[in-house]
Amino acid sequence: MSAKNPEYDFKWCPGCGDFGVRRALEWAVEERGERTGEPIYNNVIVAGIGCSGNLVHLYEGEQQPYGIHGIHGRTLPIALGVKMGRPDLNVIVVAGDGDFLSIGQEHIAPQAARNLDITCVIMDNGVYGLTKGQSSPTGEQNMVTNSTPYGKLEVGLNPLQFFLSVGVSFVASAFSGKPRDMAKLMGQAMDHPGFSIINVQSPCTTYNDTFEMLKGSKNKGIEPALYDIPEDHDPTDWNAALEIARADGVPVGILYQEQYSQPLHQRIIDTIHPQFQAKTVPEMLEAFVL
Amino acid sequence: MERRDFVVRFAGEGGQGVVTAAEFLARAAATVGYHVMTFATFPSQIKGGPTYTQVRISTDPVLSSGDEIDVLVALNLEAYNNHKAEVREDGVVMYDTVFEIDAETRALGVPIEVLAKEAGEARSANMVILGALAHLVNMPKEYFQDFVAERFKGRDKVVDFNTKALELGRLHAATSEFQLGSLMAPIRPEGKQILIKGNDALSIGALQAGVDYYVGYPISPATPIFIFMEKNLVGPGRFAYQATSEIESITAIIGAGYAGKKAMTATAGPGFTLMSEGLGLAWMAEIPCVVVDVQRGGPATGLPTKTEQSDFQTALHPAHGDSKLPVIAPGTIEECFYSAIHAFNWAERYQGPVILLSEHMMAERSQNIPMPDLDLVPPETRETYTGDNGYLRYDGAELSAMPIPGSPGAYVANGSEHDSYGDTTHLAERHVQMTERRFGKLKLLEDGHYESEGTDSPIAIMPWGGSKGPGREAWEALIASGQSIGWYYTMFLHPLPAKLLEELLQKELVIVPELNYLGQFSSYLRTYGIRAESITQYTGLPFKVSVLEERITKRVEAHGRGVVRV
Ligand SMILES: Cc1ncc(C[n+]2csc(CCOP(=O)(O)OP(=O)(O)O)c2C)c(N)n1
Ligand code: SF4
Ligand SMILES: [Mg+2]
Repeated sequence: MSAKNPEYDFKWCPGCGDFGVRRALEWAVEERGERTGEPIYNNVIVAGIGCSGNLVHLYEGEQQPYGIHGIHGRTLPIALGVKMGRPDLNVIVVAGDGDFLSIGQEHIAPQAARNLDITCVIMDNGVYGLTKGQSSPTGEQNMVTNSTPYGKLEVGLNPLQFFLSVGVSFVASAFSGKPRDMAKLMGQAMDHPGFSIINVQSPCTTYNDTFEMLKGSKNKGIEPALYDIPEDHDPTDWNAALEIARADGVPVGILYQEQYSQPLHQRIIDTIHPQFQAKTVPEMLEAFVL
Repeated sequence: MERRDFVVRFAGEGGQGVVTAAEFLARAAATVGYHVMTFATFPSQIKGGPTYTQVRISTDPVLSSGDEIDVLVALNLEAYNNHKAEVREDGVVMYDTVFEIDAETRALGVPIEVLAKEAGEARSANMVILGALAHLVNMPKEYFQDFVAERFKGRDKVVDFNTKALELGRLHAATSEFQLGSLMAPIRPEGKQILIKGNDALSIGALQAGVDYYVGYPISPATPIFIFMEKNLVGPGRFAYQATSEIESITAIIGAGYAGKKAMTATAGPGFTLMSEGLGLAWMAEIPCVVVDVQRGGPATGLPTKTEQSDFQTALHPAHGDSKLPVIAPGTIEECFYSAIHAFNWAERYQGPVILLSEHMMAERSQNIPMPDLDLVPPETRETYTGDNGYLRYDGAELSAMPIPGSPGAYVANGSEHDSYGDTTHLAERHVQMTERRFGKLKLLEDGHYESEGTDSPIAIMPWGGSKGPGREAWEALIASGQSIGWYYTMFLHPLPAKLLEELLQKELVIVPELNYLGQFSSYLRTYGIRAESITQYTGLPFKVSVLEERITKRVEAHGRGVVRV
């Protein structure tokens, strides 16, 4: 609720990729609402700490979903709380590459194993924006930042490959400069019954401007890194998805979508509820009677 | 000689059935109508390792597990050596004749396994011991026999060999000269009684409060609460789940609390420390949740299987920045049940995190308590917002109704300082307003009840948590010996009941027995201007009543001589 709120004192830098992500998410949520008839207040955005997470404050009025802007790196367990408390809600995580893949990385594999039915939108800019330009897991090796003045020592993390390898059941890749396409991917991710991640190239114009690398430049003879995933790619084919993730370039589209995806809350209904006999408090106490 | 009270300690190695024997004795005695309390210490290892469980049986309500042992049942030489010093002079050591002990002890050797086999089943070894114990205090043999018959009803063979084993043990003890007097017939407590452990009582209390979301991670001594929830908190609208860390536990219950659930987790020191940042978030964003810390010895991995009351200050201030969390600490098994309801009521009422501080000592001990009264503490539920979208969730300086996702009133629950919408802001006046709002809500919790007796005296003792029992027993003894000391007790540690605070401020000296080095609770009382001082102990064990009597007496005498601190 902030564009018109004079007290809100955070603003993205001009040209920041996150503007496009904000717009795309708004469209996606709106479109989903029209399609399903669900009110906007059935959506909960769980935001990470970083420039990216501030997206959660930028929806207003009739179009404002619920939000929770918590602590750095913990979007996934907070989302576990919201979703498993209220499986009827549509839960969306928005986080930066530092938040999600560095401090919060320990939470990704467990969520994949659980197949928690949420949608994650990662604003990957290869850098820590909010803390002013330090090295992030997805930054490339040898990259010079203020925390790696002599070059980054680690190999850059390939997030798509990582997500696939830990068993995320929906993996897509998008670009902030193409919000319409991204909104469509977000809609598909929200419809997927399970753990969905969209890794969005969302350049940081201040500390790591990758627009040119992504879009290419005819004048400078730079080939675009972005390319659309070919239509004949079968997203249910995990090996093919892995090949795309490992190949050069930045793909746009759905890499992988598990065909028979059963989310955690459904597993509970199917396997645990039939085994369980509810007991009332008096019945429980009765078991301890002398 | 008639006696009202009888203390038995079973000591041996993990896996030797020490706990089973003790629990069986406690249950049998409680079933006949005695009051019982057990006290257990465990080895950290799973198999083997020294362990003991103590059972106190009494015709009166039991407040502590007993200072001295009447009978030590030593199942190996090490146990004998470790515990013999605590056997009272006229007590008896009962030992297994598979090993030998020094001749001078008053010792009753029992060929436990031989007799058990004679009864028809080596597994009946515990019954041999119980039969011998019954003889030592002249208990009618029917007590245990009836209990065995009832317990193993329908399994005639089991009843048969256990009954035989009881009898063989009894006859064997009768061949010795040892007799510890006659335990008086029980005075059956009024009303229905249950025999229960603190962790179970607390878990059922939470269910009574309406808990419907639990995420936890295994850690002694809180694991039984987690296991209980995994088993019982199931069904539509409910969720119990194993997290991958306590960071996940706390943030998950915050997400659930935000989504309208009555959410809880339970942990011990190391896990509680990991929850630090999350608890700050719950305080800041005003999200109800309950965190149980079953204290063990600390810091770091500390003493996982021992008891201590050393997390109080951490419970009060687990997070960085300006915050001071509500803390409730039960002092008895009965209070474990009710305190869980109070903790949820507080969380729902002030919309924030509440720390329920239990202790190893209570978590793992069994005691008979009256069947809890389910009408005594009615469960409360937070005030929820029911208007349209466009609500100012954090408006004003006081508590406001909480919107729940899935209904209108969308807002951002924010862990950064925020304005009325929940949007981040750094304005000085907002931080002032919101800080005061958060602290101001604590006023809603100052209505807790407390115990007070002998309020005319300028000196009082005020134990907290599990030191209540030994503290009370010591106080009763001191009063009986003619001393004039007041008694105060509450499980509502922060905020303190407003009236209690007023009364304590009038005292010349408030003595706080507590199991930590720093004197954590008395230093907290001093921040309010109360002249409080601690009697500390940090052995990993609860207070002995006699030790407390002596130390309280000394402190009171010193006060009489004008000494301010000892
Ligand atoms: C526990 C903790 N450690 C460190 C920080 C400081 N911090 C805030 S944002 C951030 C990194 C943000 O990077 P990223 O997630 O990539 O988001 P971006 O700003 O690039 O969108 C850090 C380290 C913090 N808030 N909390
Ligand atoms: S620092 Fe980078 S990521 Fe942050 S707002 Fe500016 S451009 Fe965007
Ligand atoms: Mg980043």
